Amino acid sequence: MKAAVLLFPGINRENDVARALAQSGVKPTIVWHAEHDLPQGTDLVVVPGGFSYGDYLRCGAIAGRANIMDAVRAHAARGGLVLGICNGFQILCESGLLPGVLMRNRDLKFICKEQHLRVERHDTAYTNAYGHHQIIKVCIAHGEGNYVADSATIQTLEGEGRVAFRYCDAAGHVGGKGNPNGSMNDIAGIYSEKLNVLGMMPHPENLIDSLIGGIDGRGMFDSLGAFGKRAA
Amino acid sequence: MHRNEPEITPALVAEHGLKPDEYERILALIGRTPSITELGIFSAMWNEHCSYKSSRLHLRSLPTKAPWVIQGPGENAGVIDIGDGDACIFKMESHNHPSFIEPYQGAATGVGGILRDVFTMGARPVACLNLLRFGSPDHPKTRHLLEGVVAGIGGYGNSFGVPTVGGSVNFDTRYDGNILVNAMAVGIAKANEIFYAKATGVGRPIVYLGSKTGRDGIHGATMASAEFDDKSDEKRPTVQVGDPFSEKLLLEATLEIMAKGCVIAIQDMGAAGLTSSAVEMGAKGDLGIELDLDKVPCREEGMTAYEMMLSESQERMLMVLDPAKEEEAEAIFRKWGLDFAVIGKTTDTLRFVIKHQGEVKADLPIKELGDQAPLYDRPHVETPKQPVIDADKVNAPLPHDQALLKLVASPDQCSKRWVWEQYDHLILGNTVQQPGGDAAVIRLGDGPKGLALCTDVTQRYCEADPFEGGKQAVAEAWRNLTATGALPRALTDNLNFGNPERPEIMGQFVHCVRGIGEAARALDFPIVSGNVSLYNETQGRGILPTPSIGGVGVVADVTKTVGIGFRSIGETILLIGETKGWLGQSIYLRDVCGHAEGAPPPVDLAAERRNGDAVRALIGKGLVAACHDLSDGGLALGLAEMTMPYGIGATIADPAEGVSLTGWLFGEDQGRYLLACQTPDLEDVEANLRAAGVPFAVIGRTEGNMLALPGAAPISVRAMARAHEAWLPDYVAKAEA
Repeated sequence: MKAAVLLFPGINRENDVARALAQSGVKPTIVWHAEHDLPQGTDLVVVPGGFSYGDYLRCGAIAGRANIMDAVRAHAARGGLVLGICNGFQILCESGLLPGVLMRNRDLKFICKEQHLRVERHDTAYTNAYGHHQIIKVCIAHGEGNYVADSATIQTLEGEGRVAFRYCDAAGHVGGKGNPNGSMNDIAGIYSEKLNVLGMMPHPENLIDSLIGGIDGRGMFDSLGAFGKRAA
Repeated sequence: MHRNEPEITPALVAEHGLKPDEYERILALIGRTPSITELGIFSAMWNEHCSYKSSRLHLRSLPTKAPWVIQGPGENAGVIDIGDGDACIFKMESHNHPSFIEPYQGAATGVGGILRDVFTMGARPVACLNLLRFGSPDHPKTRHLLEGVVAGIGGYGNSFGVPTVGGSVNFDTRYDGNILVNAMAVGIAKANEIFYAKATGVGRPIVYLGSKTGRDGIHGATMASAEFDDKSDEKRPTVQVGDPFSEKLLLEATLEIMAKGCVIAIQDMGAAGLTSSAVEMGAKGDLGIELDLDKVPCREEGMTAYEMMLSESQERMLMVLDPAKEEEAEAIFRKWGLDFAVIGKTTDTLRFVIKHQGEVKADLPIKELGDQAPLYDRPHVETPKQPVIDADKVNAPLPHDQALLKLVASPDQCSKRWVWEQYDHLILGNTVQQPGGDAAVIRLGDGPKGLALCTDVTQRYCEADPFEGGKQAVAEAWRNLTATGALPRALTDNLNFGNPERPEIMGQFVHCVRGIGEAARALDFPIVSGNVSLYNETQGRGILPTPSIGGVGVVADVTKTVGIGFRSIGETILLIGETKGWLGQSIYLRDVCGHAEGAPPPVDLAAERRNGDAVRALIGKGLVAACHDLSDGGLALGLAEMTMPYGIGATIADPAEGVSLTGWLFGEDQGRYLLACQTPDLEDVEANLRAAGVPFAVIGRTEGNMLALPGAAPISVRAMARAHEAWLPDYVAKAEA
C-alpha cells in the first residue's frame, strides 16, 4: 500500500505518521501542498497533524483550499482512502470531505495527554486489526478538538454508524470525565459516508512503541497495511 | 551629515542606558560625537544583556572544556559530541522582563529565541525545557502571569513542533514583581556539520532571511538591563510578538540551505537584532560589514536607520552566503514563503558601515564595538553565613503524616501536570521519560541512544549561602540526570540575579559562580553555554539569586533508563548516601514550621560523584526498578513521589539510632538517592554498593496502597495523589470563578 503524506507549511507531525505507516508496511511519500496531483498509485492520503498556516485563521481553513486538495477530493470520490489526524481532521472538515467543525476545547486550553478511546466499529480499512468496542490508549495534543455539528448531522453520523472513535476513560466508560474537550457525543473521529475518509483528533501515530507509552495506536496502521494486502 | 536628527544630549545618552563614563569611552573610541544611529548601536552592544560587562570577569573562571566539548560559550549555543558522529547543541536563555510585562508573548518569544539559537547552528531541535519562578500564589498578579507564561510557552513550542519535556516551577514572594522565565532548547546535528557565526571572505553577500522588520522590540535588550519600577507596564511596546509559524518555516528553510552547502556563516537576530548579529559575524571573522538598509524587508513605511538597527522583530536571521549558491538558496526561501534579501557585504576595512537613503548613518570600528565594551569589577561582599540548625531542636508542629500531606499539596511540591499538559510533550514519538520525573529522557531517532534533560536550582539555598547554593544547583542537575541512568555530560546556565551595582547582590553572583565552577569541575560537567540576567529587581527589591542549571546527559540505551515510580509490590527500597538529617533551609522548616532559616546543606562533591557513579552503574546493569534523587522535602517527600505514579504503597522501617526522626524524614542532605530493586537482586545490589564504598541502608519494601513511615500514621497513596494533583488546578480555577 502506498501513502501520500501531505505537507502544508506549519504541519509538524508528518514524520511521526510516516514512521508509523512504514512500521506497518505502508510506504509513505511526503507530498508538498502546491502540487496539483497525487503520486501515481496512491492508495491512501494522509493529512497529518500540526498548525497549517499557523492556525492563524480558522484551523485548517487555508490548507483546506490548497491546490492538492482538489486531487484529494477526486481521490476520495473514487473511493480512495483519506486519513486526517488532528489538524488533518480540521483540514478535512474545512475542505468539505467531512461534516462538522472542531471548536476550541471546552476549557479553552491546549491539552496534551494520553487518552483512551473506544473503537466503535472494527470492520473498516482503518480498524480491522482491533476488536469489537476495544478500548485503546493513544494521545491527544490539540487546542481545538471539540467536535460540533448540527443535530441533523449528528443524527446521520450516529444512524449510519459513522462515528469511528469515542473518548472514554481507562475502564472504557463513555460519557462524562473521559471526554477531554467537550466534543458532542464524545466523538473523537468520524467516517465519510462510504467509510473511506476518516478524520480523528487523537494521535495513534505517537503510540506505536512499547517504550513510548504503548502500542495501541499501531493497530490502525496495521489495519491499513492488512487492508492494502487484501486489496492487492 | 545627518539632517533632521536629534542632537546628542546628556539626557539622550542617559535614556539609552549609557553612563556618563561609558559615553566618554565612546567619544574616545571614535574621536567625534556619535550620530543617533551610532548611539543606538553602542547602547545595544554595551548594555548588560549583550556585553556581560558586570559578569564577564567572573564567568571566565568557569570550566568550559572537556574532550567531548565541541563548542563552549561564545557562540549561539554550546555543542557536545555524543558519539556516533552526532552532536548535541543546547542553550538556556531568560525572557524575564518581557514576560512580566506581557506574559504570553514574552514567554513565547523566549522559546522562539532559544530555538533559533539552536537551529542557527545547524541542529534540528528535539526538545525544549524551561524553568519558571513566579511570585507568591497570593499575589494578585501571579495567576495571570502563570496562565499567560504557560500558554505562551505552549503556544510557541506546540506550533513549532518540538516536545516540551521538562521544567521546574516554583513560587516565592521575592518574584512578585519580577518573574523568571528561562527557556532551554536542545537540538541534534552531525558533529562535522555545525554552523558558526564567523564570517569569512571579503565581498561576500550578507543575506537577510525570515520575517520582515517592524518597530517592535526596539530597545528590548536595554529594557532587560534595567530595574523595574511602577511604570514598567508602559514598556509593553518593547515586547515583541512571536510567530511560531514563521519560525517553523525558517527552521525548515535554514536546514535545507545548510544541507545544500549554501551557508558560510549564520547568526540569528535576537537581542539587539540586526546590530548585534552583523557585528558578531564581522568581528568574529576579522572582517568589516557594510549594510544597505534600503534593502531590508520592512513591515512598515518610513522606518529610520535607527529603528531598523534596533528592532527586535522575531524570526529573522543573517547569513553570509556562498555567492555561487545565492540563487539556489533564494529559491528554497521563496518556496517556504520567506523573505530573502541581500542587504550588504563583507569588507576588509574592519568598519561597521550603515547606509540608508544615500547617507552613511553609522561608521564604527567593528572589533571595538564588542571588544572595547566596558568591563566592570564591581565591588562585592560575601553573604553572612547562617547558623547550622540542630535537627534535634526542631519541634514538629504537625504529626509527620500530616506534614507530608501538607507538603505534597503545597505550591512548590504539588504536581505540575496542569502546566505540562498544556505543552505538547509527545510529538516526535520519542519521549521515553515524560515530565514529572527527575529528568526527561528522549530517544534519538530509532534509538537506542538518547538524552536525559533537566533544569534545576534551589534558590533558597543560593540566598542563604551563594557558594554552597551554586554547587548544589549543579550537583542536583547532575543527580537528576544520573537517577534516570544517564551519564551527565555538560550544562547550560542562566544566571538570574538582582542589581549588580549593589555589593551584596554582586556578592551573591560572584559566589554562586564560584560554587557552580567548583561543582562543574568536580563532576566533569562543563558549562558550554549560558546567559546572564541581572537587574531582576522591582523598586529596589531583588529576586532570590537564581542560577538556573540546564543539564544534558547521554544515555547509551534508552530501554535501560528508569523512572521514579514504584512498579510492583515486593520491591526492596534502599536509601543511598549519608543521612544526617539536615534541616537548615529545608522545605520542611519553611513550609511546615513556617521559618526559612539556617545554613543550607553542604555538598560533598566527592561523595556526590561516588554515589552517583554507583547508582548509574546499577541502573546500567538492569538491577534497578525505580530511582529518585532526594532533594526538596527529603526522604519522606521522595518516597511519596515514588508511590504516587502507579499507586503502590511502601512500608518503611525505623531509622538508625542517633538521627532525629524529623531530620531523617525531611532533612535535605545532599548526594542521596532512593532505589527500588527486585528483592532477588538485593544481594547483587548491596555487593556493588559496598565495592564502590557507598553508604546505604535497606529501609523498606513496596506493599499495599499505603505509605507507612516510622512514627507516622499510614497515608493512603490515593488520597495523597489526589491532594498532590489538586492544588494547581484548584488554584487556577479560583481565579476563573
